[in-house]
Amino acid sequence: MHEYPITQSIVRISSEEAEKHKAEKVVEIRIVVGELSGLVPECIQDYFDILSKGTKVEGASLKIQKISPKIHCEECNFESDMKPRVYNCAKCGSSKVKIVGGKEFYIDSMEVE
Amino acid sequence: MEIKVVRQILEWNENCHEELQKEFNEKKILMLNIMGSPGAGKTTFLTRIIEALRDEYKIGVIEGDIAGKIDAERIANMGIPVVQLNTDGACHIEAMSIKNILPNFDLKDLDILVVENIGNLVCPAEFDIGEDLKIALLSVPEGDDKVEKYPLMFSRADALVISKYDMKDYFSFDEDRVIGNTLNMNKDAKVFKVNSSKAQGIDKVCEWIKSYIKR
Repeated sequence: MHEYPITQSIVRISSEEAEKHKAEKVVEIRIVVGELSGLVPECIQDYFDILSKGTKVEGASLKIQKISPKIHCEECNFESDMKPRVYNCAKCGSSKVKIVGGKEFYIDSMEVE
Repeated sequence: MEIKVVRQILEWNENCHEELQKEFNEKKILMLNIMGSPGAGKTTFLTRIIEALRDEYKIGVIEGDIAGKIDAERIANMGIPVVQLNTDGACHIEAMSIKNILPNFDLKDLDILVVENIGNLVCPAEFDIGEDLKIALLSVPEGDDKVEKYPLMFSRADALVISKYDMKDYFSFDEDRVIGNTLNMNKDAKVFKVNSSKAQGIDKVCEWIKSYIKR
């Protein structure tokens, strides 16, 4: 959801960073998206191509790294990738687990020239 | 050349959320964000909460709706300071909207500020708006599968309120399924069962809210 304001924010942040580092050209913007963030990154590139026209980051490609959520067991401290709708420890079966990660949504780095 | 950035893409909202939390902490205001579907009973629930707490605490309300001011009028008729926030089509409230509305309230004279979010099980869950507590309402007629279908809101709520609980006999509503699925994702969530039209179960919710009062 909300790809438009999100893409605006990506353009703004990456332009600011490009300016700060005096980059001539931005080749790639690497974005980390957690699978529980509620965000659908697939159409962001299309929005980006439109919204970045005439800005410092025009022509950059977005590389999206998806992060799957992990569950941390509070009984045995085991941490594993969460399977959809399974909220038990994969090792000891305990339901005393916390979901860690999976809600990330940030620009990690950029490739510039 | 690679440059490291590490900046939250939703930073405009995150920053504003944190700024609001700071302000509410300084002014010792407890901020509640009530979320749920259209028709879940958010406004009726809120009027009962106000009735139960208004003698002890000063309460202000922000009523979020896409259009109209029906809910704000209901609250205003109770003599409670209220501002209607119309999003004109937007499906959720963002922190910036709350910040812009705050000058309408005398914050020195408030103990509790309640935001009734836009009726929607999806989008409001994605945006923090300066709240201390998120309250997710799910009414019995909506069905017992909603936590599985719309997990984000229930995974982030501090309390799950099952509303219209008196309707339970008329719907095949497996409350264990709802509560179990919520606690699986969110084991610290409090669970309340209310029938707002008769103010049943409201006392327990109020006890819980009171434990977070800041002054």
